[in-house]
Parts: sequence; C-alpha cells; structure tokens
Amino acid sequence: MPKITFIEYNGTAHTVEVEEGLSVMEGAVNNGVPGIDADCGGACACATCHVYVDAAWEAKTGEKNESEAAMISFANGVEPNSRLSCQIKVTADLDGLVVRMPAGQH
Amino acid sequence: MTEGAGAARQGTESAREGHGIVIAGAGHAGGAAAAALRQFGYKGSITLVGDEPIPPYQRPPLSKAWLKGEATAESLALRPERFYTQQNIQTRLATTVAAIDRATHQVHLSDGTAIAYEKLILALGARPRRLALPGFNLPGVLELRTAADADRLKAAIHPGTKIAIIGGGYIGLEAAASARALGAEAFVLEREPRLLARVASEPLSAFFHAAHTAHGVAIHVNTQVVGLKGEGKVEAVLLADGTELPCDAALVGVGAIPNEEIAAAAGLECRHGVVVDAQARTADPDIFAIGDLTQRPLSLYNRTGRLESVPNALEQARQAAACITGRPAPSPEIPWFWSDQYDIKLQIAGLPFDVARLVIRGDPATGAFAVFHLDAEGHVQCVESVNTPAEFMAGRLLIQKRKVIDAAALADQTTNLKELAA
Repeated sequence: MPKITFIEYNGTAHTVEVEEGLSVMEGAVNNGVPGIDADCGGACACATCHVYVDAAWEAKTGEKNESEAAMISFANGVEPNSRLSCQIKVTADLDGLVVRMPAGQH
Repeated sequence: MTEGAGAARQGTESAREGHGIVIAGAGHAGGAAAAALRQFGYKGSITLVGDEPIPPYQRPPLSKAWLKGEATAESLALRPERFYTQQNIQTRLATTVAAIDRATHQVHLSDGTAIAYEKLILALGARPRRLALPGFNLPGVLELRTAADADRLKAAIHPGTKIAIIGGGYIGLEAAASARALGAEAFVLEREPRLLARVASEPLSAFFHAAHTAHGVAIHVNTQVVGLKGEGKVEAVLLADGTELPCDAALVGVGAIPNEEIAAAAGLECRHGVVVDAQARTADPDIFAIGDLTQRPLSLYNRTGRLESVPNALEQARQAAACITGRPAPSPEIPWFWSDQYDIKLQIAGLPFDVARLVIRGDPATGAFAVFHLDAEGHVQCVESVNTPAEFMAGRLLIQKRKVIDAAALADQTTNLKELAA
C-alpha cells in the first residue's frame, strides 16, 4: 500500500499506509492523524481538509477542479500548493507522498 | 497543537483516578467525540454506547450515495473498525442507555448492566417525527434516519416504482433526487405553501421546486396528508381534499425530535433539546451533550437553538473534548450545512435570523447563484449558495467579520468577493 506522510503544523510527522482508491483525507482520518478535520466527509463542501503538497509531488497529485479551487481560495493560509486532501485520490504513483498541514482547519 | 499539552496532561491525570468517559450515543457526534478525546490526548477509558448494531457512520450519504448504491459500508463508516481497537475505545453496540444516575455517576444500559463514568457525553441524537395518521404503520411507510432505514428505502426503489414523499424538506428532496436517478417515480407532498419552508429562503425554494419538476418529480404544496391506505402494505396516500395518490412506498420526512427523555428524567434542563453552554456542558459539570440532541447557544445571533447538522455535531464534539482535556475552548464556528441533489450542490452558511433583505448574486435560471441574507444594518447573516462554492466561502467570511456590506456591490457579479470580504 502507498505510504503517505502527514506533517502537522508543529512538525510532528505521521507516516501511514493508505489503500489505493481512498482519498488522502480518508488516509488521515482512518489512521487518526490529527490536523485534518474533514467535516463534510469528502463532499468538497467545507475546506477543512486543507494540506500543502510538497513541491516534488505537485504534478503527480493532479489539478484542482473548479469547485475545489473556489473553495480553497478562501481558506486560511492558502498557498499555490494548497489542496483539499479529499480531492486527491491515492494511487501507486503517490507512494511516498508528503503533505503538510496548516495551523488550523477552522 | 502544543499550547494545550500541559493542561491536557492535567486533565488525563484527574480522569485516571475515576472511571473515564462514557459516550451515550454512537452516531456522528458520539463517534467524533471519542476520536477528538484521543486526538486531544485523553488517556482514560472511553466507552461508546449506541443502539445501532454498527460503529458510527456518516448519515448524509444515506439519502444520496448510499441510496444510489455508490457507497460501501467501508466508505460510510466514520472510521474503520480497527480505529476503535487501536485507539482503545470500547464500543457497546446494539445497546441503549436506559437511565442516568447522576448521584452515583452511572449509566444503566438496556442489557441490565451499568457503567460508571467520571464524565458523561450525551450524543443521543434525534428521531424522525411520526405522524399520528391512519395507516401510518402499514408496511412500506418508511422513514430515513439510520442505515437500516436507508436499506429498507433502497429495497423499495426500483425502475418503475412510485415513491410518495411526505414532507418537502432536505431528506425528502434528496431521496426524491436519488429515486429519480434510480429510475423510480417520485412525488412530494408538502403542507406548507413552498418546499423547504422552514429551512430556506423563497428564492431557494422556488429554485428547488423548478429543479425537481424538471427532473420529473411532481411537487404538491399546500397539501395536507390525512392518511395512508392499502391491503397489507401501503398503496396510496390520502389527501384532505379526498384525492388518493397511488404509490408503492411512502417516505415520511417531516422533521425530527430530540432524544432527550433520559436527560429530562435525570433532571437535566431540556427545552426542545438538552440545554448546554458554549462548551457543550449541561448544568451538571460532569455531563456534556452534543449534536442534534442539544439546545445550544448561537453566539453570533444572540439566541439559542437546536441545529441538525454534521458540522454542529462535530463542533460540539470538539468543544466537549477540549473542555474535558483542559484545552482552550475552540472559537465558535459559523453554522453551516450542505445538500446534494441531482447536479446541484447547495451550501448554506449562517442562520437567517433578523433578516431585513435578500440579495441575489447570479441568476437562478443559470443554475448557479447565491442568496445573501442581510440584517437592517447590512451585515450578512446567512448565505445560501447553489453551485457557487466561492460565494459560500465568501459568505462565511462576511458573516464572521460582521462588516456592513453594500447590497448593490454584493449583487454585482463583477465585484471581487475576496476584496469585499477582506
């Protein structure tokens, strides 16, 4: 299973195995990784699963769709590499993915 | 993440001397509270008691993806089963909390056992309101709250079957959209003059009325249901004017009532919901209440209310967990809500209190618009956004900032929302 590393705002790293086909958000929630709230459960409705994708992985995680781009542009601390982790599907290509979390999701 | 660590340690030490935390109710709120307690560093025992046979799951997909067969039990679950083992959270499923004994700090369960608690979190949810109508108990008259309810509804929806939907609220409308997607017929019966009468503005009601009509759902407003009839199962809905509308099943979605009985019996204040403060505490310092069950402060609007939404359940779960672990209270969130029907994504932020005028941005005829609710001074109180996520997010910011907004600028789609909200 692909391994994904989530780095909390305070620097604590959590590396977890995530089944292919799940979203990066589900990988965090299912493994109890703190810092991703995902209040809407993946409906792209809340922007509480905001992450920063490490530069090396930006191309492999794909493009934001219109709805995600609109939502995230209003999130706190938005950066060019900001994504909603519910919209990134885990594939074998993402083995080793590193994402960082913002100070808070609310 | 670090500022509460010292306090969290203190909290866990005092809890270690006691009996840990019992969470009564294993829905979205209860499950989230258990997870938040562990995330906030709580080390004592946590017991999650729920009347349903499965661990906490997400209810929103029940009327949508689950009904349409696009979700699995795994994707519905709030967390995988292993999470509870890994996090040392005991689950007591298919078990009801029958009574709370505040004097001895115990809850009595339906299986005759009792569990002692140091802190108790009530997350008992709400149940569908039932209609006292003839024929209501006929087979085929369904409601939608639990996964088991959804499975019964799913079994009734096939190409060609006709589903009567009693109540034009979100549950009914989402179910109607799913029924159409599955090739079934659906019609909606609403007592009020418009759909979503209690929960949406008139422009939004009109939009959903038109959208459902366009998808082949017959909408009957100002329509009073007086009974259901059939031989052995429901076959028709009876209206006050004598009309009989044939159907193969009927879904009743006419609101929910809080499961507050055991709290009231234990002497906790209930006013259409268990009364809690901004940290989800009842008047008993050892008892919290969260989710659909509660009558809670709505601090932005200077009143209290009962909210039935996932974000509300999660916010209060975090409040209770923060309070118990000695963390600073999280800042109040703006209530919000979402609904998906056909290709319509509705997102609502805020609550429509003290509204003096509505400002519509965008054209409902295009299928993408937002309704902003302004008070007399021009503060945004609420936004209803249809396929306009930027308007939703901007509305949320505007509500938070309490800025006086120029209505004409807001309605003008060339106005940059980010600048307006800045």
